[in-house]
Amino acid sequence: MSILLLLIPLALLLLGIAVAAFFWAADNGQFDDLEAEAVRILLDDDEPVGRD
Amino acid sequence: MTERCRHCGEPAGPSPIRVATDGGAALFCCAGCHAAWTWITAAGLARYYRQREAGQPVSVDTERFSDFALPDVAAHYVAEADDGSATVSLHIGGMRCAACVWLLEKVAEQTAGVLSCDVSFATHRAIVRFDPTTIDLAGVLHALARPGFQPEPVVPGELSNAQTNERRHALRRLAVAALFGMQTMMLAFALYLGDAYGMTDATRTLLEFASMVCTLPVIAYAGAPFFRGAWRGLVERQPGMDLPVALALTVAFTTSVLATFSIGTTVYYDSVAMFVLLLTGSRFLELAARHRAEDGVAALARMLPDAVDRLNPDGSVERIARRELRSGDRIRVRTGDTLPVDGRIVSGQLGVDEALLSGESRPLPRSVGESVCAGAGVAAGSATLVVERTGASTTLAEVGRLLERAGHQRATTRAFADRLASVFVVAVVLVAALAATVWSQIDAARIVPVTLAVLIVACPCALALATPTALSAAATRLARDGLLLSGAGLLERFRPGMTLLTDKTGTLTNGRPVLSATHALAGVSATHCRAIAAALEAESEHPLARAFVPFAAGVSLDAPADVRVGEGVCGTIDGVEYRLGRASFVAAIAGCEPAQTANAESRVYLGRANEWLASFDVCDALRADAPASVAALRQAGIKVVIASGDSPTAVAVAARELGVHDWHANLSPANKLELLANLHAAGESVVMLGDGVNDAPVLAAADASIAMGGGTALARANADAILVGDTLTPLATLADVSRRTRWIVRQSAAWAIAYNGLAVTAAALGLITPWMAAIGMSASSLLVVSNALRLRRATADRSSELTVLAERTV
Repeated sequence: MSILLLLIPLALLLLGIAVAAFFWAADNGQFDDLEAEAVRILLDDDEPVGRD
Repeated sequence: MTERCRHCGEPAGPSPIRVATDGGAALFCCAGCHAAWTWITAAGLARYYRQREAGQPVSVDTERFSDFALPDVAAHYVAEADDGSATVSLHIGGMRCAACVWLLEKVAEQTAGVLSCDVSFATHRAIVRFDPTTIDLAGVLHALARPGFQPEPVVPGELSNAQTNERRHALRRLAVAALFGMQTMMLAFALYLGDAYGMTDATRTLLEFASMVCTLPVIAYAGAPFFRGAWRGLVERQPGMDLPVALALTVAFTTSVLATFSIGTTVYYDSVAMFVLLLTGSRFLELAARHRAEDGVAALARMLPDAVDRLNPDGSVERIARRELRSGDRIRVRTGDTLPVDGRIVSGQLGVDEALLSGESRPLPRSVGESVCAGAGVAAGSATLVVERTGASTTLAEVGRLLERAGHQRATTRAFADRLASVFVVAVVLVAALAATVWSQIDAARIVPVTLAVLIVACPCALALATPTALSAAATRLARDGLLLSGAGLLERFRPGMTLLTDKTGTLTNGRPVLSATHALAGVSATHCRAIAAALEAESEHPLARAFVPFAAGVSLDAPADVRVGEGVCGTIDGVEYRLGRASFVAAIAGCEPAQTANAESRVYLGRANEWLASFDVCDALRADAPASVAALRQAGIKVVIASGDSPTAVAVAARELGVHDWHANLSPANKLELLANLHAAGESVVMLGDGVNDAPVLAAADASIAMGGGTALARANADAILVGDTLTPLATLADVSRRTRWIVRQSAAWAIAYNGLAVTAAALGLITPWMAAIGMSASSLLVVSNALRLRRATADRSSELTVLAERTV
């Protein structure tokens, strides 16, 4: 079970990175609007106008 | 079914414009709508028509945009950056779904001079960066208004910044609780397995130590608000739910830390982390609801025009920003304006529409010497006003304060629930203390585990899940029927025996006058009389005039009609003078008045020299499903009371048709609050249904509230639920769903309490090992969740019949 001595600190490190990334994203307004972004990707423009 | 305009959704009228398209012929009510449609499709944005809700009328007041071309006004809103670009924050009215965000951004992208446009659906805000040398603020507004939105510049104020900050911090806390909480759970799982299959002490200590490191940020960062709240509760001598939370967290965490350093046996890190995560999640949802309400109050101020025509002492007229007005200034107002300030008329006369403040649906005549209020619309006439009160001292601002006070009143009701909770808290603490005392006599080593078991089981998973899962399932079910739920209070309050206080105009009725009957009084046919009336009213802004619009048929006036405020209109057709309006006004040319019959909500007369031609009954018709819905509510044991700002005759007619005996007319917002207070004093539980600004304070003060989707943003912001699609039928569904929800919550809670009661007894007797408790807890939670999901079924099942029986017998 000594592998845990490596794996647990590693998990904590990854966790720290994940939280830091989330903080960065939240402060940059990535989560200010949780509704529109989910739908935006589904909406394409119409067929380009003026082409046959 | 009448054919509707492809662009605006209004009836296309007798002579629509027909255009052949790929999907068959399209109809347009006017050239303007046709042009808008052409522009939207040519820009490749035809998806807009497919995305928006069917039949949503589009009316955009673009006239006031030119006010934003004034440098003084624009400077107030626009921030200039160093690189020469300008930025403005806009509130976008009329956004319904996320597709609107897409449309707005595309439109902005295609506008010359706009550098970027960020639209947020959550806040209905857009931040537009533009090049002031190419386009001005008014141009930006015009561009965004073209698809049918109502952009309003807002001062990039502290409110929205504070909200954004608060939201981001709440999100950070949620993320910390979730990420570290998950890690703690994984370690806890290993510890449980260790209990079952055996584990060396060294490994156990390592896992416990790692758990502690993971739980530390959860409790210290994500859980910080609970400790602050508990401390505040203690200082103010009114302990709320934060106190037991903080207490349980402190005890559980301290014990676990002691156990980790071998001064104890069991760790509770997983309980701590999950507890904080669940609570932080529900607080986050509360936060979102509160922000929506705050936006509503801010919306009041946006109703006033930003620029006004000031009459200088030398007689010249100058267009200036509203903020520069001082009391004593003279201003000019015309038909179609919204009054910017409270003032007194010094010359001219006005028909003012005070529906915003009083709910009165008809314009009231005001002449020299009389006062008018900010926020009222000018339906007819023009006048010079002397400014009496501006800004925060206006009547409109007073409505805003009423609204805030009403919000606080509701907070007081909530504080009462908190006081009940503090009784519960004290009980739990007492029981835990008792258990500790008893066990100190039996086995001192087991004091801590037993005490903790009592404290933790007092806030168990299944019990915590019972209400939120049932509520979210009920909300999904109701949303399918067109009722959007934003607060939980409504489902709790909507039960037999409660009172539904409802507004009339725009709520029970369509809010649009229609011609209900024509009585021809002379030899002229009813059809021709209607055509004459339509021609006379064609140019009128009077709300009743709209009732005649569908009957226009080739009759035209020799000259524009002459509108007399509070009297009627007169005009000539083929050299003959016609008058349409009150009996006394028509009698001036037609001779003595004909016999009047009662019962008509509003009656207007048409006459010419020495002859009465016809009388028209105009009424604001009830919604088609109103009688059936009211009957269904009554059957569900709910009392319906009408509270309207409209005239007694109009309300009486509606009340009779609906079979409602308890009605009140001529109520101002303050009167409505008084009525509500009386009902509360009589011990009634009151749910308010309304649509206008005048209802907003009552919507906020009632125990729970429902707003019409077509109503003002302010009314919607203060409601617990919104009826979309302008129909009342979902109210009957609501009565049924709320009944089933309460039943299911009770079932689940009963189960959870029974389970936890057994669990705490068993745990106290040392019969339960941690892994058994873990499995039991998961199974219990699963049962509660699947029970709640039954609510999503379309039809009422047997449980609802049982509830009816149960609630009738209680």
